[in-house]
Formats: sequence, structure tokens, C-alpha cells
Amino acid sequence: MIPLQPPRRLVDVQIDGETVRVPEGSTILDACAAAGKDVPTLCHGDTLTPKNACRVCVVEVEGARTLAPACSRKVEAGMSVGTGTERARQSRKVVLELLGSSVDLSTTPRAAEWIEEYGAEPDRFGDDAATVEQPVKVDNDLYVRDYGKCILCYKCVDACGDQWQNTFAIAVAGRGFDSTISTEFDAPLTDSACVYCGNCVEVCPTGALSFKSEFDMRAEGTWDESRQTQTTTICSYCGVGCNLTLHVQENKIVKVTSPHDNPVTHGNLCVKGRFGYGYV
Amino acid sequence: MDLRFRDAEPTAEERAAVDALLGPPATAWDGGARTATDLRFAARAEPARDLLLPALHAVNDRVGWISEGALDYICRRLTVPPAEAYGVASFYSLLALEPRPPRVLHVCTDLACQAKGAQDVRRRVEERLGAPGGSWQPSPCLGLCERAPAALALTAGESPAATVYGPADPDVLADAAEPAEPPVEAAVPQAGQPGLVLLRRIGVVDPASLDDYRASGGYAALRRAFRLGPAGVIREVLESGLVGRGGAAFPTGRKWDATARQPDHPHYLVCNADESEPGTFKDRVIMEGDPYALIEAMTIAAYATGCAKGYLYIRGEYPRATRRLEHAMATARTRGLLGADILGQGFSFDIELRRGAGAYICGEETAIFNSIEGFRGEPRSKPPFPVEKGLFGKPTVVNNVETLVNVLPILEHGAQAYAATGTKDSTGTKLFCVSGNVDRPGIYELPFGATLRELLDLARPERPLRAVLLGGAAGAFVTDLDIPLTFEGTRQAGATLGSGVVLAVDDTVDLKSMLLRIAEFFRDESCGQCVPCRVGTVRQEEALHRLSGRVNQRDLVLLREVGQTMRDASICGLGQTAWNAVESAIDRLGVYK
Repeated sequence: MIPLQPPRRLVDVQIDGETVRVPEGSTILDACAAAGKDVPTLCHGDTLTPKNACRVCVVEVEGARTLAPACSRKVEAGMSVGTGTERARQSRKVVLELLGSSVDLSTTPRAAEWIEEYGAEPDRFGDDAATVEQPVKVDNDLYVRDYGKCILCYKCVDACGDQWQNTFAIAVAGRGFDSTISTEFDAPLTDSACVYCGNCVEVCPTGALSFKSEFDMRAEGTWDESRQTQTTTICSYCGVGCNLTLHVQENKIVKVTSPHDNPVTHGNLCVKGRFGYGYV
Repeated sequence: MDLRFRDAEPTAEERAAVDALLGPPATAWDGGARTATDLRFAARAEPARDLLLPALHAVNDRVGWISEGALDYICRRLTVPPAEAYGVASFYSLLALEPRPPRVLHVCTDLACQAKGAQDVRRRVEERLGAPGGSWQPSPCLGLCERAPAALALTAGESPAATVYGPADPDVLADAAEPAEPPVEAAVPQAGQPGLVLLRRIGVVDPASLDDYRASGGYAALRRAFRLGPAGVIREVLESGLVGRGGAAFPTGRKWDATARQPDHPHYLVCNADESEPGTFKDRVIMEGDPYALIEAMTIAAYATGCAKGYLYIRGEYPRATRRLEHAMATARTRGLLGADILGQGFSFDIELRRGAGAYICGEETAIFNSIEGFRGEPRSKPPFPVEKGLFGKPTVVNNVETLVNVLPILEHGAQAYAATGTKDSTGTKLFCVSGNVDRPGIYELPFGATLRELLDLARPERPLRAVLLGGAAGAFVTDLDIPLTFEGTRQAGATLGSGVVLAVDDTVDLKSMLLRIAEFFRDESCGQCVPCRVGTVRQEEALHRLSGRVNQRDLVLLREVGQTMRDASICGLGQTAWNAVESAIDRLGVYK
């Protein structure tokens, strides 16, 4: 069941010359989806307020001095947007190069596809190019933080903070290229406010945060999504009735996610639903 | 908010520093000693996130660094999650999260000082004091460019001290001597000359004396403002053609008008005194030499736009300006010129001074809001613009110091008289921060329309100039000295007035190392929020390092592509301008030919 929203005025916008009618307050990304355009996104989360930090979704808005992030810029009546203009594609290409040269994108869904599509060459900055490579943080049995894969999209911070969990165990620390996602004084998670709800893992777009089960299987080389089934069921712990999607490989639960379109939980779970499946 | 803390406890000194700012804690719930009554009820501590930066300053000023116990205590007092407070504290370069000596020397290695031998100072300080990090650190521009090469020593303690060195003698620096600071008029070669408008009181009027200020025409503009009414003031400012002097050149009257019309309340005024563009020191000179002018101008702006509260956000590296403004604000308050019922007109307004903590980005008009609110100084995405949703999500007018003080002559003599000076599109006078290879560096005030050559004739270059960096690190190099110094004239010449930086460069300066310094500056100061700027500024610096060794076409192409992407796709002006100066040096000066 999807709750009814108050009626919204429709506005016409031009996406690559094609007129699309979308509700007022929609983002350019919504309008692009309505027009059937595939605009790449990384930091955009369907359950979070857009942070527009990654800038791979930039599009050219006619009359604007700079490119606009499609994920967060609201449409205005009569707006004319170019999603595939030379300027927008060039910026996306370089942004992918900047990311690809500094961050390990090997587990980022679609990254390789986009790098090829835009003709990005992350290697062009040379072997000495600075990266965020660092040891993986394994300080608990439930999930792993591999910040060498972190693009600093802020999604985990937002999910942990006031947008969902209100736990505030992590924040962005440092400045510029040295910024990291960190607990206070980089303390281990076991010392932090973390409640292990795993809602940060749920929204991580690059695999920097992953379930320990997945991380271990990847390390062993046994992780194989093609051999996994996904079954959505209802959590048996309390009366809220959160939906769980059980990812099963070889008859064993390997991770638990939750559908983002659930009107109650929006993909969020607690530690029991997310990790308490040992009894199955 | 349910906060979780580790076991770290503050020392008595850290606790005292925080309590001196916030008062003693009321209950155990916000960090006080536990009593029997605390066990009977749960008190709800009032969140006061916006006091986070002042509290961090309090500890850093007292102890020299912020321990985990101190951070936790601040968090208990203000109801801030420790992870977030850590994120904020680690954002600012003046705050330390590891033990360090009480006295820390900040040696400026930025553009204006570099042109005056800062490398040498740095090398000799390093010889005396060892590797940077403990008792000294290299610093971005300290805004003391007329006294280049400069340094600033900050000493933590019960009464924290700041000593300014300029020109810095490495031996004096290392020995912790405390030379007297020259008077502010030493930075104004024109001081006392007739015809000055914004600088007319510098060196003429005692900056500490409100009576002197009033005797020299002070508070006439505010009286006229009260006669005109808020709408009348905005009309005058609109008609004067005043545009913002911080760099973006947005019409001030339109900003005020848009804010005044917002139905949402309260409205806030923010004075941006976080002057950090390398080579800029005009706001410092005004604040040190004529602090009441800024307070009067802020009062007028607040009156016109319906603000009851103003924040004056001054950069942390300006100890004398901070001291003088604090004194001026206190005096104005006791004399009924700030606070309730100003001049008996029924208008109430007060100013809160906030100190930055070493972050260039906090001069960005939305990052300054985040910094004041106690968040990381990261720019917000626009729209919504500050006039609609600014400080604390409320309509906010944010103006630079120089912009605000221009309102005084507008109201004293009327918009027509003001607009008679300058050109059609750039009205009034402009302050220029002249530094680098000139005999008489300092702040100059000239009517808009004077050429770069006329300005430099006043400042007297030591030798034939190779180029002039206009607008600072975010500006551009120019070689044509006949450029009219107006917004439209510089734009036409593919440059920008920016914050008024005029940095003269002759052939004694190594341009390649200057460009490297610019790249390093942007890399250091990028907040890290968006990818083009966070990684682009690093890649730009890497490419310039390679080019300094050996010129190759591949790196030049790479620079151009990264630069264009930073310009097109960055969230804020920092990333958008990070490639300007380098581009102009390649194209106009042929640095890597």
C-alpha cells in the first residue's frame, strides 16, 4: 500500500529536447527517469535526501553557468536539460576517472560499465596518483569497513544519523582528500555508539561496507551472486513486521537486506532482523 | 538524543575552559556531578549545537589541543554526538586533536609571503624547531601580506596570547620573542590623505574610541537610515548600484530586498569576515582600524532586512581585529548602539562574534552557516539560496565586511552622490590589497575605473613586473597593466577583481613554485565534499609537480580536463575557481612552454 500524496501541479520540462510532464518538486533525475534516460548515479540513495557529492549525475541545464546535479536539482517549469551533452559527458568521464584513480571501484555495481561507456581512463594519472587505499577495518563479527572502496558519498552517515537510525556512530572526519568516515577518534566500532543495525551497509553504493559473511566469502572466492536466491519474508522477532530479503547460497543465508520500497521501514532493519538469523 | 560515550574524562582545566564559556552544568544529565535527585528524573538538556565551535575553541585556547575527555565533555554539555563533534573538530586546521606544545607558530608560506622569501623563513624555522607538526606548522595566508613574510604564534593558556610577526625574522620567531605589532595605518600607505571614503578614519581616528568615531561622522548613517525606514534604506542601496565585494559581485540591494520580503522569521544577518583568500587583508584593516564602522553598517543592514540578530564570523587568524571588535561591540552596547531600542528608535539588534578555526571554505556563503551552526564547514547546495533558507534554515543576508561598510557613505551622502564615483556598472570606490614585489604594499582605495597601472604606480614595483595575480588564488594572472579595475573591465579581460587582490610578480619569483603553492592551497582547503574538487585538486597538484620537473603535453591536457570538470561540476566556488590561476598562467604567461 502506498499512501496517497496531496495532489501536485504538473510541470513541463525538456529533457534532451523531449517534453516530459512531472509533478512539481520532482528532481531532474525523476524527470530523466520519466523520459527513459539513464543517468548514472552513485551517491544518490532512493531512501535518503540527495547529498549530490559524487557529481556523476551532472547534466547541463540551459542558461546555467555550471552543470547541475540531476539527483537533487528540482525541476522548474520550462527548464531545458541536456543529459548527454558534450560538456556533461566530459565531466562525468573525468569524475569517473578521478574516482577510479583514487578509490577501488571493483565492487561498485555498474562502475566498470560506466567507465567504458564514457571512455574514462583512470590510469592516466600515473602510478604515483594518490589513493585512499588503506587496511580493511574488521573489528566486529557482523560487518566490515573497507574504506579503500569509499567514495565519501555520505550515505552511511546519513542513514546512521538523523535521516534514519539516529545513532550517530559515524561522521565524516578530516578535510579534503584526507576525509574519512570515522567514529570519534577513530575508535573501533565496538567502542562506538554503533547498534549494528546494518542500515549503513544497506545503503553503501560501493561495497566499502559489507556483511562479514559476504566479505569472508569474497576472500575465499566462494561468493557467487549467480548461485544465490533472494526470498522476501517477514521478520519473526517482533510485531513491527519488517520485510527481510534473505540472500541464500548453497542453502545458507549469506546476507539479509530489506526492500527499499517498504512504506514502513524503507529498507531499514534492526540488529536482530539484519544479523539474527543464526537460528534458522 | 541518546548519546554514547567512552570512558574518557576531561581534566579539571578542560572542564574549567568549557564551563567558562557555557556556565557550570545544571545536572548530571549534561555533564555535572551526579546527585541523588538526578536519579529521580530525566532532564532534557537543551541542544545548543551552535556553541560547538566556540566550545572547541575554548579548550584549544586553554590547553592547546582537544583530548577525547574534553570532546566528550563538550558533547555532554551541548548534546552533540561525539562522532559528529570529532568530525567538526578535525575539519579545522587551528584545532588539534593530539597533544602539542602550548605555543604553536604558524608560518605563512602562501603567495604574498612566498614572493617575499617565505621559503627561506620556513627552511630556517625548520632547522631551528624541527619538522612541522609540533611547535610550528606552515600556514595558508595569514592576511598580513603587507608585512610579508609573516608568521603568527598562538599560545594557549589561561589568557591565550597571539603574537604577529611581520616581516618575520626566523631567529626571532624561534626564540618566542614578542615584537610589538605596528599600528594598522602602516598597512595603508594612503592613510590620512584627503579623498578617501572607506579608509578615511584609518590612522586618523582612535579605533578604540566611540567618541572619536562619532566626532568624525560616525552614526550619521544610522540616523539617516532610521529617518528613511527599512524600505528607504534598501531603495538607497539599490540605487547606489552597490555590489558585493567578496568576489561574486552580486547586487547588495537585491539581496537585502529579497531577504526583507521573506515571510519566514526570524531573519539573520551574517557578516562574512572570514577573509582567507591568499593576498587579501582589506577586511582586517577595516576591522582593526575602524571597527565601529562595521558595527554601524551591520546595524543598518539588520534594520533594513528585519534582523534582530547578527553574526560576525571572523577568521581565527585575526587576533587584533577580534580584540578590537569585541571592545567596540561592548562599548556600543553600553552606549545604547547595540542591544534593545537602539538610539531610542525601538529597533533591537545585537551581534554575536564567532571565530573561525582555520578553514578557507568557511568564507563560502553557505559553508559559513554550517560552521556557525556547529557542523562541518561544508557548502550547501544552492538553490535554496541564503535569502530563502540560510542560517538555521531561516532567511539570511550574508555580506562581506567591505560591502557592508560601503553602506555608510551611501546613506551619509545619498545614492546619487555615491554612484557618481566609479563607472556605470561598478560604482563607488574599491579597496585593493597590493602585495608582492612592490615598494609600498598595503591597502589602497581607488575609485572604480582606475587602471592597474595607476594602482601599481602608487605601490611602486621594485623591478619591471612579469605579471600581476588579480583576485588571489581563485583569480587570474594578467600582464596588461591598462586593464580598468572594474567588475566589467576585469571580466572583459578574462580576469576577476575577486576580493581585490593585486599581487605583483617580477622575475625574481619562480612562477612554477607559485603555481604549485596555489594548487597546494586548494588541495589543503577543499572541504572534501564533492569528487571533482576533492580529487581534482589533488590531481592538479600532482600534475603540476610533474610539470615542474619536465614539461609534457599529456599533463597539460590532463590539467585542462580536470580543471574544466572542477569548474563545471564542483558544488561551490572553491572547486569552480581552483583551476583559474593555473590556467591563466599556462595560457598567458606560457609557464610550461
